Amino acid sequence: HLATSLPLPAEGDQLRPRIDLIVFLIDIKSKHSLKTVEASLAYVDASFFLGKVYFLVTGVGRMNCCSVNMNDIGKLGEVYCSPVLFCELELDSIRVSTAQRLLRILKICAGHVPGVSALSFSLLMKSADN
Amino acid sequence: MDETVAEYIRRTVLKIPRDEIKTMLQKWGFLSEAQLQNINFHQIKENISQEVVQLCEENCADIKQAAVLDIIYNHIHQNKRMWSVYQMNKKGEETEIFDLTDFKKKIKRQLRTALKNVTINFREYEDNAIWIRVAWGTPYTKPNQYKTSYAVYHSQTPYVFISASVFRSNLPLLCQALVVATSYQDIREMELRGHSLNSLKDIVFRRYSQNFQTHCPRPLQERNVAPENADLRIIRENKMEKEKIERVNWEVFGHGPQPKLEFAQYKLETIFRSDPKMHILDKKEPFRCVVKFSSPDLLESLKSLAPAGMADAPLSPLLTCITHKARNYFKIRDKKDLLPGGFTSP
Repeated sequence: HLATSLPLPAEGDQLRPRIDLIVFLIDIKSKHSLKTVEASLAYVDASFFLGKVYFLVTGVGRMNCCSVNMNDIGKLGEVYCSPVLFCELELDSIRVSTAQRLLRILKICAGHVPGVSALSFSLLMKSADN
Repeated sequence: MDETVAEYIRRTVLKIPRDEIKTMLQKWGFLSEAQLQNINFHQIKENISQEVVQLCEENCADIKQAAVLDIIYNHIHQNKRMWSVYQMNKKGEETEIFDLTDFKKKIKRQLRTALKNVTINFREYEDNAIWIRVAWGTPYTKPNQYKTSYAVYHSQTPYVFISASVFRSNLPLLCQALVVATSYQDIREMELRGHSLNSLKDIVFRRYSQNFQTHCPRPLQERNVAPENADLRIIRENKMEKEKIERVNWEVFGHGPQPKLEFAQYKLETIFRSDPKMHILDKKEPFRCVVKFSSPDLLESLKSLAPAGMADAPLSPLLTCITHKARNYFKIRDKKDLLPGGFTSP
């Protein structure tokens, strides 16, 4: 399900399946995207932050067009205890591998991987960053 | 043949892109078919132009014929010039029958009595457009064929499109001549300028696709077949909102292609408003500032702002009124008690 911001429109409530993973996309070229993400975070139930929320920063191939403060993104990840991933959507190979990563994360969050929970996996992701 | 005429023809031919030279010379009609057959159009332009000049020499071309070639070139490459739109007014309601020969005679007489050294040429085109080419001189020098003004007049309308080039001081003379020749009262420059002559015509003749207010909201389902939605597993949560934005956008801009403009300029003469605690520019003087939007195709880009998520729909009326008001240069002043509305025209 793709949405431009939260909260999700109420009309679709009946048709929506259970949400296992929320990925917030931040385009480093757009301050507006960071603001939208920050505003939308307020609408996410606290239980999601136990490993079911990820931040995906896109556009890192063009750091010369960067409008967003990278420290702000780092702080966002810390405050909300959620891992931050980076990718460049304009490059095919990176786009595909990012999609594959997200699918594997989704599998874990949905509980399809025995022995690994969303929370334990996100803690693994975060300690790898530090 | 005069040296200057030969040089002028040579330079005009050099301006023409190689694959267009033959058709333009044919349109010109000054050289015979036989002569045209003899020219080798596959050599470099330098040589082509030399050949053309030689043939013109044989036919004894004068400046008037050379000027016609210039008109043809400028008609085909009209978008290279910057055009301003002028509107004429007449006091009475009688519509006089337009007589082309009389018009031409009057223009020539008006310009020649004011300035002896001018070259004036006319050419009519199918859409009732009369192209007037004027090369200006001074009382002491011959007309400079390289600094020409063009005026395009549509006889059934009060509009003239003028591309003045460098000698703007001669503009009032040209305007006066037009007013007298067309039996109008006066002429004023509209705040509408651009490179695409056809787009300017579309705007003033109201030929662009206008959207008339309809009260029944049009269902947009038939437009949602986008190829990117081919994967049915992707569900867009904000589809209703996107459709609403598109509908609002289309209500403002209409469905067809927008006329092509390159700039919109807003001169602000408003008072700077800030947080009173910050004490910035406390004096209540107008803060002068000019905002200019430029784009290869301004109106299309404005139309795509809201669907692209870069601006909220509906857009500011200052941007969307460009086509209805037929202007792209605005002066914005504060609301005063005497004047209605937030912005006034000069």
